[in-house]
Amino acid sequence: MDSNVLLRMKNIHKTFPGVYALKAVDFELRAGEVHAILGENGAGKSTLIKVLGGIYAADQGEIYIEGKKVEIRSVKDAQNNGIAIIHQELVLVPYMTVAENIYLGREPMKGKFVNSALMHEEAQHLIDSYGININARSMVKDLTIAQQQMVEIIKAISQNSKILVMDEPTSSISEKEVKFLFETMRVLTEKGVGIIYISHRMSELDEVCDRVTVLRDGEYIGTKVVKETDKNELISMMVGRELKNYYIRDYQDDGEVLLECRNISDNKLVKDVSFEVRKGEIVGFAGLVGAGRSEVMKCLFGLTKGYSGEIYIDGKKVEINSPDQAIEHGIALIPEDRKLEGLFPVQSVKFNMTIAILKEFIKGVLVNRQKEVSITQEYIEKMSVRTPSADQIIANLSGGNQQKVMIARWLATSPKILILDEPTRGVDVGAKSEIYAIMNELAKSGMAIVLISSEMPEIINMSDRIYVMSEGRITGCLNHREVTQEKIMKLAAN
Amino acid sequence: MDRVDLRNRNSINNMRDGVTQWFKDNLGILIALFVLSFILSVNPITSSSFLTMKNIFNVLRQISTNLFLACGMTMVIILGGIDLSVGSIIALSGCLAAGGVVRYNLPLGAALILGLITGLLFGMFNGLIISRTTIPPFIVTLATMNIAKGLAYVYTGGSPVRVVTKEWQFLGAGYIGAIPTPVIILVAVLIVTALIMNKSKLGRHIYAVGGNPVAAVFSGIKVSKVKFLVFTYSGLMAGLAGIVLASRMYSGQPTAGEGAEMDAIAAVVVGGTSMAGGYGKIGGTIIGGLIIGVLNNGLNLLNVSSFWQYVVKGIVILLAVFIDYIRQGRKEMKN
Repeated sequence: MDSNVLLRMKNIHKTFPGVYALKAVDFELRAGEVHAILGENGAGKSTLIKVLGGIYAADQGEIYIEGKKVEIRSVKDAQNNGIAIIHQELVLVPYMTVAENIYLGREPMKGKFVNSALMHEEAQHLIDSYGININARSMVKDLTIAQQQMVEIIKAISQNSKILVMDEPTSSISEKEVKFLFETMRVLTEKGVGIIYISHRMSELDEVCDRVTVLRDGEYIGTKVVKETDKNELISMMVGRELKNYYIRDYQDDGEVLLECRNISDNKLVKDVSFEVRKGEIVGFAGLVGAGRSEVMKCLFGLTKGYSGEIYIDGKKVEINSPDQAIEHGIALIPEDRKLEGLFPVQSVKFNMTIAILKEFIKGVLVNRQKEVSITQEYIEKMSVRTPSADQIIANLSGGNQQKVMIARWLATSPKILILDEPTRGVDVGAKSEIYAIMNELAKSGMAIVLISSEMPEIINMSDRIYVMSEGRITGCLNHREVTQEKIMKLAAN
Repeated sequence: MDRVDLRNRNSINNMRDGVTQWFKDNLGILIALFVLSFILSVNPITSSSFLTMKNIFNVLRQISTNLFLACGMTMVIILGGIDLSVGSIIALSGCLAAGGVVRYNLPLGAALILGLITGLLFGMFNGLIISRTTIPPFIVTLATMNIAKGLAYVYTGGSPVRVVTKEWQFLGAGYIGAIPTPVIILVAVLIVTALIMNKSKLGRHIYAVGGNPVAAVFSGIKVSKVKFLVFTYSGLMAGLAGIVLASRMYSGQPTAGEGAEMDAIAAVVVGGTSMAGGYGKIGGTIIGGLIIGVLNNGLNLLNVSSFWQYVVKGIVILLAVFIDYIRQGRKEMKN
């Protein structure tokens, strides 16, 4: 047996009433390795992590740490065994300093009082030793999300954690910050820490991970060395079949111009942005996080007060100062942050789907239930939303199915222009390819589609033309015949 | 995939489902209400008086004021807000209506409308500030609570404005046929509120804004208009409660409605509406109001001192909410 093995989980079983969440799953983590866990939503990744973190107790199976069998029955047990989990939602106290957060609950004391000077000094020392540029006296609420992640990592390391679990750490930080996160991970692994890495972004595997374990439907499918495998093999392991046409796109850029924006500025970030979208076209907007892509669309959708510039639809000049005016003019926007800007979490699939088209079946206090139900049913089928019923609470659906409901909400308004802002973020591979197929169909039916995406392969493969933005301006436009990742990056870093 | 095809269900089935769902949703507090009523009907001290028509109408008459407020409060709380000003608005609108008759010799109808408009204006004032700024409703209505209460004292000089005409008593203490007037008004108000919440676009918009205000903006909902309308409705309900109560007490009293906002909140919360907003039902609020009303009535019939009544009321509120909490917990375990 490899003496380097830090953690071994053997034959882990976990059932919930009616669901077999984990079936005989094995997992092994070596010291100094970054080991990715891949799988679609519902594959069992988070259940496995929760078993390791002491949140769930396994029904069956053994856990060994450095060769010794351990029992993990609580979060405390997990911590005592050197396991730290960096959750997707950060759990720092916003109105405390960085140092206070790192030493929360185990502050260095001087008599009966906290030795604040010593605590901040030690915290700063620790932060500096990782080459991170954060002041230990800063308030956590003033840090970026990436910086908060760093604080969480340092907090975990300062508690002598040897096993670090990172759950989608790159989902909400910019590319530059991702680079820095990866640097930090390398420093950690050199010190012998083992990192379990969970992410939907396959492109990140090559960069940081040594090995990858794939789960599907709660079962262990296999473990591969990242350098010896490729994307297609991993995808087919994850979905259990070859996804032949992952991207589906029939290019068409000869329709008439449907939407034209001239000199849009929002007096903050967006400067002098002009672009056009033709009928049947998918127009991509590429750029780094913070380049102003979403902000342009917020002007167009009437969410930004006091922007300047002109908007033409079908050649006619229109005034858009609120979302309901935008909807009136046939524009639909599927927002970037599904949880914050899209979902009504405690409401049903039906409620979520129909909230923008209530006037089609409610007149005064007369509700045409039949029409309401048939519209909902139509879109559940059209989008193949996997839900037990239209009355299911939407929070109980997977990310991919929630996203399909969001798209359905806006398709139901029969838009001429559809703006999709990061439509596949946090969506699993199977649902992703379904969403691409739907986009292609919509474009073919004559809709004008704007696609904002930070995923290079997605934007390159789906768009007829791509506008690249940098610091609030459009720095170039590439059509699908000439576009390459390098060309986009060059314009984006402009 | 096991999709349920809902298209072929007819409306009778829908209605039956609705009623079944209502029983399921409110099982905890329905049991509480039933047990409470059962105890009062078999207890030798109260058994002769509790289940009489007279007493039942009496209870309904007493809870009508609270349920007027609770109708507005249900909307406000589902919207994610709170309205602390309603108790004070009761006092001010009651005093102004009574003053209208006694001091300005207004016809009865005009005086009552004066009371209603008072509530309406306060509601609009709350709504205007809350919809145009980000000041929390708690703070805004805390302020208007004090303003309304202060104005009631200023107007009356601290003593009740008595009205002795027979017509004045009709609204709060009178009957239409065999049924007390306030009970008939209550039924009308409940129907209107239920229609707004369950059938209208505004109702769905209220649930949407309470569930996720940002997503509501993105969905093209005019959020400030919704907020304005809801707080206006709550103010109007308080005005209505004010004139009904003033009529029942033969006077406008500056001390009327003190703490009434808390009873209304209790009815809403016991009825299963979430203080976090976005979730709740007017049907639950009705039972919540009934529990509090039956309890007050029972304790009176049992001759329990009013000091102890507070203690018992508090315990029952906790118990009712606790039963639902346990049921919810079980449901989550199943998922």
